[in-house]
Amino acid sequence: MGAMIIKEFRELGRDRRTLAMLIVMPLLLLVIFGYAANFNVSTVKAAVVGPQAEQLAAQLPSFFDVTVTEPSSTQSDAEALLQDNKVDVAFVSGQTPTRALVDGSNLFAAQSIVSALNKAGESVQTQVLYNPELKTSWVMVPAIIGLILTFIGVIITSIGLVRERETGTLEQLAVMPIKPSTVILGKITPYFLLASLDMLIVTLLGIMLFGVPFNGSPFAFALGAGIFLFVVLGLGVLISTVSHTAGQAIQTALLLLLPQILLSGMIFPLDAMAAGVRWIGYLLPLTYFVVISQGILLRGASLASLWYAYVILTVMAVVVFTGATLRFRRDLAPGGRAEADSTEPVAAEAASAR
Amino acid sequence: MTFGVRSATARFGDTVALDNVTVDVPSGMVVAVVGGDGAGKSTLLRALTGEVPLDTGAVQAPPKQDLGYLPASSGSWAALSVTQNIDFVGGIYGLKGEALAVRRAELLERAKLTGAADRLASQLSGGMRRKLGFSMAIVHEPSLLVLDEPSTGVDPVSRIDLWRLVSEAAATGTAVIMSTTYLDEAERAAHLVVLDGGRVLVQGSYDEVRAGFTGAITRSDQPVRAEWSWRRGRDRREYWPDTDPPPGATIVQPDLEDIIIALSLRRRAARPLS
Repeated sequence: MGAMIIKEFRELGRDRRTLAMLIVMPLLLLVIFGYAANFNVSTVKAAVVGPQAEQLAAQLPSFFDVTVTEPSSTQSDAEALLQDNKVDVAFVSGQTPTRALVDGSNLFAAQSIVSALNKAGESVQTQVLYNPELKTSWVMVPAIIGLILTFIGVIITSIGLVRERETGTLEQLAVMPIKPSTVILGKITPYFLLASLDMLIVTLLGIMLFGVPFNGSPFAFALGAGIFLFVVLGLGVLISTVSHTAGQAIQTALLLLLPQILLSGMIFPLDAMAAGVRWIGYLLPLTYFVVISQGILLRGASLASLWYAYVILTVMAVVVFTGATLRFRRDLAPGGRAEADSTEPVAAEAASAR
Repeated sequence: MTFGVRSATARFGDTVALDNVTVDVPSGMVVAVVGGDGAGKSTLLRALTGEVPLDTGAVQAPPKQDLGYLPASSGSWAALSVTQNIDFVGGIYGLKGEALAVRRAELLERAKLTGAADRLASQLSGGMRRKLGFSMAIVHEPSLLVLDEPSTGVDPVSRIDLWRLVSEAAATGTAVIMSTTYLDEAERAAHLVVLDGGRVLVQGSYDEVRAGFTGAITRSDQPVRAEWSWRRGRDRREYWPDTDPPPGATIVQPDLEDIIIALSLRRRAARPLS
């Protein structure tokens, strides 16, 4: 018994990944649930338009953080601000009662706004846009699409690549006249296609089963999903280069997956998180896909209004994919004989000292 | 054409895996590399395939299109059928259509795998899987064939099949270098290289190795010097590298196993562990 316990501790001591999970995971969960798990939105961004915009803005309680005051703007301008996710609520003055347009795609903020406006009685006419019944499923389905893509990209891809290493076939590929980039592309293309198919099925089922609207451009959505897929597939390749077994790959992928679920704004609103934890969310790719997905499906947001999310995802895709390719190339061509076109015998002479 | 390594030295951290090793692998010849665990067999083969960079020395190897390799692992994709495995590798080497079909049929027949063509590699026996791996390594008729312990863990009948396949490949002009833990296999090779601790203990044909062996080996129940003796079957062998054995001792004709152990003991005596 004692020998068994000692042996188990010795093995555990050498399994740094499991140790990391044992130590990092509880800390991560504590931090996330302590600082991020908060459904209560303390302030919301507001716009006030119409002839009495200045007076109305001055009367609003501090819960409404007025970022736009435009007396010359109209209701359609206010709707554009909501559609572009610039504000969570827009007040249109100059009519009785004052009209309040609420962005229903930002569920927790919208619920807080509606609750606050209900206290104002009949002086404010509230209209929830993009998700009139404030259905959770309408907000969750676009985010779930991203989660599924992340799952396939990170876990399934890394397992597929690590299996090559485990069975020794990666070594075989390394000596074949095939470029590392071709191996990577050949390995991830099926997952890219399968993930795309999954995305299509989940989107269609979301529309059919839950009535989730698709108000924006399918092209903009497909473009965002494509770039996001490159990021998560790159993460999968990267994980495979630091894992020797499928178990290690799953452990590492879970360490990456959990923060994405909890800190991407998919479950807990980013605005309600403590600033330090929120910044972790801003480093995660799923955060930006959720912005794109919810924006396009629910609000019909344009590609131009979501440009920053596309740019950040593209930068992430380039960085992650380059890193993954370089590490994978190192695994596949350690001897530096990657050339595939030469027909002459290779006489490789090593330097006298390296 | 002769492939091989010249004055090859490879280090992994503080460990010297290859120490000034020179081995030639001429076309049409089978070179067997033998040695214990950590002798440097796999490192030598992987230096030839370009997987292990040398610290010093030179590698003479064909380009990847002309190199065949069977790793020490299974050498095939478990979730693909026998046919699909060969087709995949053949495709990478540019074989397709009728040429691929003809080559596949020829390889399956020679490896006695025609009846298992549709079986998954994971469903094959160890011997069949190694023969499949071998067939995949020679699908493109390489100039240099590198086989890492092709017969380890394989049943005796499949070992004979594998050796026949190796001999056939050499007969068509392929330069073959293979590591093995079976000394009877090594004895059959045209040239054998004995590695120990990353250095070449001896190399040449089996006859040359035997002829070049110096000293005497005796058989007894009680060795005179324990550090120079080892067990073979029911009795023990003892090596006398520089001195004559005691009068009356039974001198035996050493086989390859005796020679390798004796040379290893001599090397270790010359370079005691610090």
